[in-house]
Amino acid sequence: MALGLALALLALVLALVLAVAWRGTGLALGPADWAAVRFSLVQAGLSALVSTVLAIPVARALARRRFPGRGALITLMGAPFLLPAVVAVLGLLAIFGRSGLLNRGLEALGLPTVSIYGLHGVVLAHVFLNLPLAVRMILQGWLAIPSERLRLAGSLGFGPSEVFRHLEAPMLREVLPGALVVIMVVCLTSFAVVLTLGGGPAATTIELAIYQAVRFDFDLGRAAGLAGVQLAIGGVAALAAWGLYRPTGFGAGLDRRLEVAAPAGWRLWGDGLVLGAVTLFLTLPLLAVLLRGLPGLAELPAQVLPAALRSVLVALVSTVIATALALTLALESARRPRGLIEAAVTLPLATSGLVLGTGLFLLVQPLATPMVLALPVTVLVNTALSLPYLYRVLLPETRALQADYGRLAESLSLSGWSRLRWLVLPRLARPLGFGAGLAAALSMGDLGVIALFAGEGQATLPLVVGQLAGAYRMEAAAAAALLLVTLSFALFWAFDAGGRRAAA
Amino acid sequence: MLQLDHLTHAQGDFRLTADWSANPGDRIAVIGPSGAGKSTLLAVIAGFLAPTGGAVRWKGHDLGPVAPGQRPVTILFQDQNLFPHLTVAQNLGLGLRPDLRLSPAEQARVEEALARVGLAGLGQRKPAQLSGGQAGRAALARALLRARPVLLLDEPFAALGPALRAEMLALVREVADQTGALVLMVTHDPEDARALGGETVFVGDGRANPPVETGTLLANPPQALQDYLGRK
Repeated sequence: MALGLALALLALVLALVLAVAWRGTGLALGPADWAAVRFSLVQAGLSALVSTVLAIPVARALARRRFPGRGALITLMGAPFLLPAVVAVLGLLAIFGRSGLLNRGLEALGLPTVSIYGLHGVVLAHVFLNLPLAVRMILQGWLAIPSERLRLAGSLGFGPSEVFRHLEAPMLREVLPGALVVIMVVCLTSFAVVLTLGGGPAATTIELAIYQAVRFDFDLGRAAGLAGVQLAIGGVAALAAWGLYRPTGFGAGLDRRLEVAAPAGWRLWGDGLVLGAVTLFLTLPLLAVLLRGLPGLAELPAQVLPAALRSVLVALVSTVIATALALTLALESARRPRGLIEAAVTLPLATSGLVLGTGLFLLVQPLATPMVLALPVTVLVNTALSLPYLYRVLLPETRALQADYGRLAESLSLSGWSRLRWLVLPRLARPLGFGAGLAAALSMGDLGVIALFAGEGQATLPLVVGQLAGAYRMEAAAAAALLLVTLSFALFWAFDAGGRRAAA
Repeated sequence: MLQLDHLTHAQGDFRLTADWSANPGDRIAVIGPSGAGKSTLLAVIAGFLAPTGGAVRWKGHDLGPVAPGQRPVTILFQDQNLFPHLTVAQNLGLGLRPDLRLSPAEQARVEEALARVGLAGLGQRKPAQLSGGQAGRAALARALLRARPVLLLDEPFAALGPALRAEMLALVREVADQTGALVLMVTHDPEDARALGGETVFVGDGRANPPVETGTLLANPPQALQDYLGRK
């Protein structure tokens, strides 16, 4: 059955990809399209580079200092993965936007104001969203340096610069390429950020160009051509990332005793400064959304609540499907590694919401008005896109389950429903809850395919937030964003806590 | 009758052969150096590893196509014999019905088995709340409930101290008497083989030798066994 599912999934994604390729190949892309390709690569490369470089001092400070609130700060670093991109953008606008905190400060000082729109704005938002991920990946590397090595360094009287040269630099050489590529993949397919902060001939990515081709020009051929290019680039990058990616876990082993005294003097002040700055950078925009949104909560625009309901439904349905699918595939894969399953769960990484959306658009269009199917299509795409993450969360757990209890279960004829009920669900409740929470939050906050399909009265909450912001109704947008982020985290929390409770 | 009919299991450089048979009620210790294939022999009989040649037969029927849980076999592993998230009573219940929908009569049998191994009243505990000896007893209680004609023990008491181990061996003999089962028990201690009473299979040089009466074997061991035991 698992193989059938994997096959069906593979067939579905491949059908969409083929639909794109069939319509897209042989199409001559114009100069504007190639500019979009160039901009995509440049912004993703810059975003990855800046995020990673800035993350190094932050990770080092977190690795070698112990202070109250350190655990909370590390937890905060896990949050942006769940944060809907539209909310992050809104927060950044409140700080760096035309009438944001920064520009009002500059005005008060009589200095010229700065604009957040364009390449630097896109990079800023991507750094905001991905710096924490980079910090976690690098911190993991720091904490993986064996304590014996650190003790040896201490006994040899190494100073900070020797420790860096002999221990930290080799570790960074191993960790940094993975962090760079993973963040680059994320930024290549980013849509909400570019939709809001990019645009125009100078700052359009492939994703945005696909959206415009479908939505404004209704030029499906060109959209397919662009989607094909995106697929090729995304495929190469995703393959590289899959090979280099090490799951960072959430919080395990982050409290090891310090083996070497952390350096005092200016380095202590430096670390303090770095941590203070990054905390401000990560919290101020969210605080701004909170402050701006709270007053608006009382009088939300009429379209917000129905959109919230739609979003929650879409998130719940795609979470249930994705979790069941990922569990089935991970269980089968733990029993016997299968190339087919690996392929089926890796392929979606090479695509993006808009590529899959374009494929679905091409397939559906001859049969029905695509707008009719907006919500089912969103469920489908969200399921496919969250599957790789869920599968990766579950696979080590199903492997451990198989290694520890596989034979015992077999010797007792524990199979099918009984095995699920008495072995798999109780043993895997925790990772299942966590994975389902991730999928739900991702699905809740995603603004991608729905932007292609949504007709009247079908918008999801992220789309409504984007629309309100686009109409410069900032208070209403902030209030809707506040609702969105609350619902996203609440869904994550509910699944995660449910899993923990069931496991206890 | 359990028949190992020209049985071979090969994997890479590793090779194990066996060609002998044993009867219900026999108690056979399996000894030999680590890595010789003692656990492999049990895993092939239990159905976790497939023979690469020959067959395992029970009453003349080839067990090859039979799934582990459907074989006339109960196996106790070195560890992980109980599911830690289920109560002791549930762990025992799985031996009767994998879906755990136990009738009152079946529940009574679980209680009875617990009492039989000295765990009366501990059914609602989780395995983590049991001592090592109690966990071993619980696993044996499940073997008692399943009452399969072959009981395979893959050093399940290796982690216990000498006194507890002797106690467990006594319990194994009791369970075997009650169910009339054929017992195959892996151990690395010749004293355990003696305590089990019966025959011993020596596994060495890629071969599981036919069972020989334990006293006779230990009194006059062949060269390979002498080397293993470290006697002159």
